[in-house]
Amino acid sequence: MEKQELGLEITELRLGLPTSDVCSKKRGYSELTDENSLSNEEQQQHQQQQHKNLNKAQIVGWPPVRSYRKKINKTGSKGSDCGKMYVKVSKDGAPILRKIDLNTHKGYADLVVQFEELFGCFAVEGGVLRDYSDKSEFVPIYEDKDGDWMLLGDVPWEMFIESCKRLRIMRRTEALELKY
Amino acid sequence: MTYFPEEVLEHIFDFLSSHQDRNAVSMVCKSWFRVERWSRQRVFIGNCYAIRPERLVARFPRLRSLTLKGKPHFADFNLVPHDWGGFVQPWIEAMAKSCKELEELRLKRMVVSDESLELLSRSFPNFKSLVLVTCEGFTTAGLASVAANCRDLRELDLQENEVEDRKGHWLSCFPDTCTSLVSLNFACLKGEVNLGALERLVARCRNLRSLRVNGAVPMETLEKILARAPQLVDLGIGSYNHEPNSVAYTKFRNTILTCKSIKSLSGFLEVFPRCLPAIYPVCLSITSLNLSYAPGIRGLSLLSSFVTATSFNAFGSILDAIADKGLEVVASTCKELRELRVFPSLFGAENAAVTEKGLVAISVGCPKLHSLLYFCHQMTNAALITVAKNCPHFSRFRLCILDPQKPDANTQQPLDEGFGAIVQSCRGLRRLSLSGLLTDQVFLYIGMYAEQLEMLSVAFAGETDKGMLYVLNGCKNLRKLEIRDSPFGDVALLMDVGKYETMRSLWMSSCNVTLAGCKTLAIKMPRLNVEIINEFNDMEVEEEENLCDSQKVEKMYVYRTLDGPRQDAPNFVTRL
Repeated sequence: MEKQELGLEITELRLGLPTSDVCSKKRGYSELTDENSLSNEEQQQHQQQQHKNLNKAQIVGWPPVRSYRKKINKTGSKGSDCGKMYVKVSKDGAPILRKIDLNTHKGYADLVVQFEELFGCFAVEGGVLRDYSDKSEFVPIYEDKDGDWMLLGDVPWEMFIESCKRLRIMRRTEALELKY
Repeated sequence: MTYFPEEVLEHIFDFLSSHQDRNAVSMVCKSWFRVERWSRQRVFIGNCYAIRPERLVARFPRLRSLTLKGKPHFADFNLVPHDWGGFVQPWIEAMAKSCKELEELRLKRMVVSDESLELLSRSFPNFKSLVLVTCEGFTTAGLASVAANCRDLRELDLQENEVEDRKGHWLSCFPDTCTSLVSLNFACLKGEVNLGALERLVARCRNLRSLRVNGAVPMETLEKILARAPQLVDLGIGSYNHEPNSVAYTKFRNTILTCKSIKSLSGFLEVFPRCLPAIYPVCLSITSLNLSYAPGIRGLSLLSSFVTATSFNAFGSILDAIADKGLEVVASTCKELRELRVFPSLFGAENAAVTEKGLVAISVGCPKLHSLLYFCHQMTNAALITVAKNCPHFSRFRLCILDPQKPDANTQQPLDEGFGAIVQSCRGLRRLSLSGLLTDQVFLYIGMYAEQLEMLSVAFAGETDKGMLYVLNGCKNLRKLEIRDSPFGDVALLMDVGKYETMRSLWMSSCNVTLAGCKTLAIKMPRLNVEIINEFNDMEVEEEENLCDSQKVEKMYVYRTLDGPRQDAPNFVTRL
């Protein structure tokens, strides 16, 4: 539908703040233009309004929030939905490391899926990471703020991304060796 | 008329605290003017270009406290170009010569340089209080000179300023002899501070009541500070992130229990939500809570548990992540609430937003509410009518629906009736900000009912010149009118030009006002400054030659002034 396309255009044009009101704008206008609730004339009027607003693809100074506040929201607490959080991921046996943006994931399950994508031939079975090409099992661990290596999955996700500095997918055999 | 000796008059005038009262008595007769002028200690100037500093110091030589505002309000939202003006330097220079008794300077939206701060710190031996709100142009070097040179400094309050960090350890510049601080707020600074210096400063300032630190101050330092200053009444927390079972956290949790006087809490600039319970005991008796700088406190349940732990009754400032459900919790626990601000998160969290439902809940639970700033995704007339009925005491009502021109979410009608109900019910309304879909009708209501209205902000509203005229004709106490992106033009602008001399200022941007209209206004009213801001014109060429008269003016700022055109206007500002 034409209006949906226009909605997407706005998203593309926007260079400035990724504001949630863009998304709500899309929702708002699709509510408005529900054909059951408006007469033709009203529909036209709303279309015109929409056009008028769309022409101001980037409305300067809207919403009226001080830039100080906008910045706070952007950089606020390190992590938690703000910006990007790239951490290195290494897998034992793979010479090249990868980087993952933790913020694009909603939880551990999500994250492990990306391990699959990055390092291939991976699966999670019964809570254990298994690399079939290698026929070995892997344990995902991470280095936290204090420099300690921790097992993935103990703490709530939000706490994890706050403190995770890097990830390592370690061979289980090696993990067992560490015990000694 | 009975003759009063001047000392008696002066004594009587001492009881007049409001600026308006003192202004009024100064106009009674020459002798009263003289007495008033010599005894006047506090002056408020709402527009720094309304008068030259020299005139101020000439009239009030015994000045002790000056409040100045610079840029127009819409400068907060990037509508005013960077170098527009609002410099404090000429004021400090003038006062340095003639008002040596200056103790307090409060600035809002002004450009403050390090040189100005240095001059300030050296010129006034009794200087006690510096408050800077949304100012810019200075660095931590300027703060260092204030710290070093103001012997009797009581208050250094920096709110939401853009400060360049020069890594100069400005906090260390408070001499060891400085024990006078009562209030210190540096939450807006981005850089590191000398933590040891901060601890020592707090330890020796036994009268410290208010402390707001920035994100560079970790929990360990905060704990040490609180141990030294359990008398704090107002606390702004910087960094609040430690593992709940860490030593630092445990110490903090115990120390904060000794702070029995805390009434106001803010900050949480960096926060680990699991640590919040340590704060809850303190929060049981606070009156003011500001979580609007804490995007780290996310999640409805988290915010809700925070709110139930506290029953802030005077002032609450939060992000819309609290959602309608959270506001319902606020409404049920904070019965004494007087001021509420709900800011948009602007980042993610599309589901956690507030709508008209939250506002209605608040109005039901908090009938004493008199000041509101509410960013929301939608609103309805019915909700506004209910709010108006429940809360007749609004003096400030600012509603911002994030979608410009969004109509009533249920009926798709304009929101004229809703806002109309607000102005009709709230007879004491002094400040109003409109949003959503609005026709001329809302302005008719405002003109008819908003008798006490002093400031009106309009965006994307109205249909014809009549809208603006209703307001100009009806609102007798109007002081500031700011309009953007609305179809008001020359007819409305020029209908009653005398009105603008009764107001502090008028701002119109992206409206239908033309250059010809502005010129006409300027000619008819020589005591107004009619300034045009055209950013995109060639700077070297005079604007009048570039623009033809019928062209619409991008931004116009009109204000009354006693002293004609200002000398420091940049290229892109033309005074007609």
